[in-house]
Amino acid sequence: MPITETHEIHNRRMGRNLGVGLTLLAFVAIVFFLTVSKIRNGGAMEGFDHTVRPSITEEAYE
Amino acid sequence: MSDFTANTSSPPQEATFGDYLALLKPRVMSLVVFTAFVGLMVAPQGVPPMVGFTAILFIALGGGASGALNMWYDADIDAVMKRTSGRPIPSGRVAPGEALGLGLWLSALSVVMLGLAANWFAAGFLAFTIFFYAVVYTIWLKRSTPQNIVIGGAAGAFPPMIGWAVATGGVSLESVLMFALVFMWTPPHFWALALFMKSDYDAAKVPMLTVTHGRPHTRKMILAYTLLLSPVAIAAGLTTIGGPVYLAAAVVLNLIFVKGGYDIWRRTEDAARADDYRTEKKVFRFSLLYLFLHFGALLVEAGLRSVGLGGW
Repeated sequence: MPITETHEIHNRRMGRNLGVGLTLLAFVAIVFFLTVSKIRNGGAMEGFDHTVRPSITEEAYE
Repeated sequence: MSDFTANTSSPPQEATFGDYLALLKPRVMSLVVFTAFVGLMVAPQGVPPMVGFTAILFIALGGGASGALNMWYDADIDAVMKRTSGRPIPSGRVAPGEALGLGLWLSALSVVMLGLAANWFAAGFLAFTIFFYAVVYTIWLKRSTPQNIVIGGAAGAFPPMIGWAVATGGVSLESVLMFALVFMWTPPHFWALALFMKSDYDAAKVPMLTVTHGRPHTRKMILAYTLLLSPVAIAAGLTTIGGPVYLAAAVVLNLIFVKGGYDIWRRTEDAARADDYRTEKKVFRFSLLYLFLHFGALLVEAGLRSVGLGGW
C-alpha cells in the first residue's frame, strides 16, 4: 500500500535530498568551469602517462 | 492490511539540510572567506577569476570541515553551554559519527580541490590549518591550557596566508604580517567575550583565562595584547600591501582598540557588573569592526594600486 499522506519528516528528507542534489550539481559545475578556465589560461591539457608522445619530445619544443 | 507500520510521532532526531550546514559554522566561514579573499587580492600576482573563486570556496569549505570536526569533539561541552546547547549534535539532530564523517570527507575534498585549482603548497597549508584547528586547538589545547585561545588563534589566522599562497605559491613578509594581525587580535577579542559570558565557560570547565587566572588578570592581558597588536597592524601598512589609506585606518583603529583595552583594564568587576559589562561588550563589538576594517583597507589599497594609485 503506497504512502499517501506526507508527514513532516518527509518534508525534511525532501529538503535534505534536494540540498545534496543541488550541492552535487554545483560541484559538477565548478569542476567544469574550472577546467574551462584552466585550459583557456594555458594549463596542461595532457598529463604524463609514462610513454613517449610526440608532444613531449625535444622536437616539439624547437 | 499492510506490512508497513508508520511511526506517526514526530522524531526530534531528524536533521534538516540546514543542520549539516550549521556543522560547518557559517559565521566562522564568513571570516575565513573574507580574510582569504583579501590575502588573494593583495598578492602581487593575479589568478584567473574562476581559479580564485574556486580556491576561496574550498578554503572556506576546509574551514567548515574543521568546524564540523570541532563540533564532533566538543559535543559534550557544547551541551552544557547555553550559547552552544542548540547546536546540531547536542540537540540530538545529528549523530556524532555523521559530523565526524562529514568533517573528514570535506577536509579531504577541500584540500584536493584546492591543490587542483591553485597549487599544492596552498593545499598543504589548508591541510595543516585543518589539522591545527581540529587537533592542536580542539583536542590538545582547548581543555588543557588557558593559552588555548592564544595558540588556537593561529588556526583562524592562516586563511589570509593561504589566499596569498594561492596567488604566489609561497610565503612572504606581507602574508606573515596578515597572519600576525589576526593572531594577535584573537586573544583580546575572545577574552572580552569571556568576561561577559563567564558563566558559560565556567559551567563547561573550559580553562578560560578568566577562570584559571582571574578576571583582573584577564583585563590586564586584554590591554597587553591590544598594545602588542598595534605595531603589527601598523607594520603591515609599511609593506607592499599597505599604503596611506591603510596606515591612516590602522593608526585610528589601533588607538581606539588600545583605549578600549585600557578601559577594560581600569574597570573593577563590581563596576562591570553594575552596568552589565557595557564596556566589555562595546570592545567586543568593536573588535569585529577592527578586523573587518583592517582587511577592508588592505582591499582598498589593492583596488587603488590596480588603477595606478595607492601603495607607497
